[in-house]
Amino acid sequence: MSETIGNKNLASTSLRLKVGLAEMLKGGVIMDVMNVEQARIAEEAGATSVMALERVPAMIRAEGGVARMAKPSLIKQIIQAVSIPVMAKARIGHFAEAQILQELGVDFIDESEVLTPADEAHHIDKHAFTTPFVCGARNLGEALRRIAEGAAMIRTKGEAGTGDVVHAVRHMRQIVKEMKALTVLSEQELYAAAKDHQAPYELIRMVAQAGKLPVPNFSAGGIATPADAALMMQLGAEAIFVGSGIFMKERATPLDVKNNPKEREEAVSRAKAIVIATTHFNDPKILAEVSEQVTGTMKGLAAAAIEESQLLQTRGW
Amino acid sequence: MTEQRTLPRIGVLAIQGDYAAHADALAESGATPVEVRKPEELEGLDGLILPGGESTTMLKFLEKRHFFDALLQFCAQHPVFGTCAGAILLAREVRNPSQRSLGLLDAVVERNAYGRQIDSSILTAETSLPGGPLEMVFIRAPRIAATGNTVEVLARRDGDPVFVRQGKIMAATFHPELSTDRRVHRAFVDTLLATTGK
Repeated sequence: MSETIGNKNLASTSLRLKVGLAEMLKGGVIMDVMNVEQARIAEEAGATSVMALERVPAMIRAEGGVARMAKPSLIKQIIQAVSIPVMAKARIGHFAEAQILQELGVDFIDESEVLTPADEAHHIDKHAFTTPFVCGARNLGEALRRIAEGAAMIRTKGEAGTGDVVHAVRHMRQIVKEMKALTVLSEQELYAAAKDHQAPYELIRMVAQAGKLPVPNFSAGGIATPADAALMMQLGAEAIFVGSGIFMKERATPLDVKNNPKEREEAVSRAKAIVIATTHFNDPKILAEVSEQVTGTMKGLAAAAIEESQLLQTRGW
Repeated sequence: MTEQRTLPRIGVLAIQGDYAAHADALAESGATPVEVRKPEELEGLDGLILPGGESTTMLKFLEKRHFFDALLQFCAQHPVFGTCAGAILLAREVRNPSQRSLGLLDAVVERNAYGRQIDSSILTAETSLPGGPLEMVFIRAPRIAATGNTVEVLARRDGDPVFVRQGKIMAATFHPELSTDRRVHRAFVDTLLATTGK
């Protein structure tokens, strides 16, 4: 545990506490919520954490505009409403938004490609914060660059707001494949591997020895059904983020959980089923049973139909 | 092979949380860990660990999957060790907010009593376990606000009990599974061996 990257000690108290909270979230589901009502539904359904935001990715995609950190008043209301950890998103590179989120008492900050990036070259120096960060990645090099900057949790980027799991699968398979490949290299080959992955040698060496990331590896981006959650867990994800999959109906229209009992029941059934599927990801009998209980699924958008320039996952490097 | 057969088999409730870290700690402490996700998986186990994680998530899951009563029955009869969320599940009374629990440990536990994640900390404090002070990793930790007469306090933080034993039940509000010191898990395995006569 005496590994260091430059002057950053991976066994430092601060990083152990950050990774410690990520450990507590393993095997669970983190749900995007846009108001107190949704946060309560998520907690009641068994979410391990909620991500407070003003618009879920499906709405950001449909409505356009600049997507920023959520309003502090909304984040505070949600922190007040639930006893589980609350996460919130900051724009890539926007360390001032992150400072505000830390000040508000958010338990985890997602430096997220779903919001409009604030810096085209630099991600946030996450070592400078007490609050832990999660960051998205499409491949091992990207994951390790974020860890070098201080991320305490990695998630696949997938393609957020689509309800199409194909890119989350691609990114998880890529990360797992690249980790496996490192484990069979000799010591002297690791230097070139570090160059190829554009990642710090010390982290490449840790992955080569352990066969896994030094922080928990979760999955996000297009997960919409209990079967999607089980798929990602079987592919090696240690927990699941569900963004638009719980509370969205059409592309830009959320289920009306406040006034429409039937739509509320649909959201509840989706949330509960995904939680159970994530725990029992390896039990097809239970997966069949909970899949049957879901009364509807977001309409979604095939990721292959999205133009390259409209992809969220290419934000960040 | 003969040695393996005599190791106690200890379940780790694997609904969610850091159950894998507990399984590793048990394997290093003279026990065979078994992940438990369904009531029938409790069968034949010598004891159980309720890991860290989110206590509401575990509780909702137990209730939805008709697992609560089976777990209560098992924990009332076997050695059981709860850390953080697990300690909350074992308590007689839970506050902030009030929630259902197994009620086996004569203690009142207050959730998130030391603050949010920014208030999480790693401390080293005295313990009555032999071997000197113990490292304690507190993450959004609960506080044991009161304990009954039969509860033995094994360590404290600023006067509050953080590590307790009541017969064959043990509970910690910190995470020994996230430290490298295995004295806490060994103490549980020893308690288990003493009570089961293995």
